[in-house]
Amino acid sequence: MTDPVIRVRNLKKRYGSTIAVADVSLDIHRGEIFGLIGPNGAGKTTTMECVEGLRKWDEGSVSVLGLDPRKDARALQQRIGVQHQEAHLQKRIKVWEAIDLWSTLYKDVVDTDALLEQLGLTSKRNAWFMTLSGGQKQRLFVALALIHDPEVVFLDELTTGLDPQARRTIWDLINGIRDRGKTVFLTTHLMEEAERLCDRVAIIEHGALIEMGTPAELVQRHCPQLGVVFSSEGDGVQDRLQRISGLDDVTRNGETYTLQGTGDGFITDVIHAIATEGIHVTGFRTELPNLEDVFLKLTGHRIRD
Amino acid sequence: MHTGLWKLTWVEIKVFMREPMGVIGTLGLPVLIFLFVGRALGDSQASDAAEALPFNIAIMAALFIAIGAALSLIAIITIYREGGILKRLRATPLSPLTILGAHVLVKLIFTVIGMGLLVLAGREFFAGASEVNLWSFTLALLLGTLSIISVGFVISSIVPTARFAQPLGSILLYPMVALSGLFFPLDVLPTGWRVFANMLPTTHAVALMQGVWDGAGWGAHWVNVLGLVAVFAVCSAVSTKTFRWE
Repeated sequence: MTDPVIRVRNLKKRYGSTIAVADVSLDIHRGEIFGLIGPNGAGKTTTMECVEGLRKWDEGSVSVLGLDPRKDARALQQRIGVQHQEAHLQKRIKVWEAIDLWSTLYKDVVDTDALLEQLGLTSKRNAWFMTLSGGQKQRLFVALALIHDPEVVFLDELTTGLDPQARRTIWDLINGIRDRGKTVFLTTHLMEEAERLCDRVAIIEHGALIEMGTPAELVQRHCPQLGVVFSSEGDGVQDRLQRISGLDDVTRNGETYTLQGTGDGFITDVIHAIATEGIHVTGFRTELPNLEDVFLKLTGHRIRD
Repeated sequence: MHTGLWKLTWVEIKVFMREPMGVIGTLGLPVLIFLFVGRALGDSQASDAAEALPFNIAIMAALFIAIGAALSLIAIITIYREGGILKRLRATPLSPLTILGAHVLVKLIFTVIGMGLLVLAGREFFAGASEVNLWSFTLALLLGTLSIISVGFVISSIVPTARFAQPLGSILLYPMVALSGLFFPLDVLPTGWRVFANMLPTTHAVALMQGVWDGAGWGAHWVNVLGLVAVFAVCSAVSTKTFRWE
């Protein structure tokens, strides 16, 4: 495997007596979307800002594109694009003025008209920043982050506060960035976002990483149990399902049966058993574990608590 | 080295012009005070009016332009900081000096515009003092503004929120006018107060502008120039140490 684009080793950062980052080590590779997930205050933003070179850390080492963000901040700025959590621009700056200003700051700049078009901002060229909707503001920040065609893009809580439709638009955009060979490092506290978007995620709590891997790996590792819920009016249903391989547990609540089991073939086996036993089923659904469940299992609380 | 300085300055000028209250406060108010006080105190002939006044209202108005610039700067810097705008700009190749320098440039440019408006608004008054070198006077005002602005920078560096920084700026800067020697000679003050007054940029700004107004050369007022530069140097040093970007 090639050298990682971002390498963090034993990063530590404290503000006074508060430990923001206790111990973080991670590698992010070229062309992947890497998500740092955790609740507010877990140390996501501090970690990201240390990597961006915006913040000085106390201990540990950080390397981005082979550069030290503290020493080579200027060289790095030309090669990375950043978007901050809850960022703002001057209230009365026009969209084109922001684009124009940013364009003068970088050596190589993409076709900004095409960029605005791609981000659906062409009609807002002359609008003041303060008149943009939340989604439009975020898309403008994405535009500013991409204006110099950076190799690594940092996105901090990009879709927080956006409605589902705006969120989906942004997700498509980020996928597009990755498809062009860029590396994306993002933070989020939305598990759905992490699951849909990220190739790999790291879960951070109290300033330390507690788990890392692809979303599927984490689910497989910590919440392997699959659920099948179906309804049937037949008799003796529970007994007729006992031979399903991988079955851990069956519970009945009136006419509703809940089956818990593990293994790749579990759901197929349930369907097969229902068919061969000739059980008349009036409703059927699966309950598949996701990152939210992994988080709950690992931390003992929901991410939004 | 100063990538983006002119572009950022131009953007900030445009952004500032789009906010009516800011423009009125910075440009309109000093001119209005000038006109109002001028009309109220000095009726009849312009030259007589100038002589009838107990103090030079052109200098007073100029001083208010300078203080208005500092207050406006405090407001902008603290609001930009709270909004994360400073932080966002910091994450670009713009140097920290450029980001803040653009605001200083904007303030100096508007100071010159304010001075121009004063001259236009008070033509009769200035006509009565036609021997005044307006270029030299404007330059004195700019130096004074720069020095007073640097006090504003210290305030916006030390006070974390816009809510407190703005009123604190007014509370600290406006009383300086009273001690500036504009309304009464500083000789009447006890020694302690006189020393204190001589540490304020407003005092030196007034003395320098008065000197230029009266036709004295800058050389005669090197102490005041030095005073303004010293305040600027000390405040810049303090700001460099204490300035917070977020």
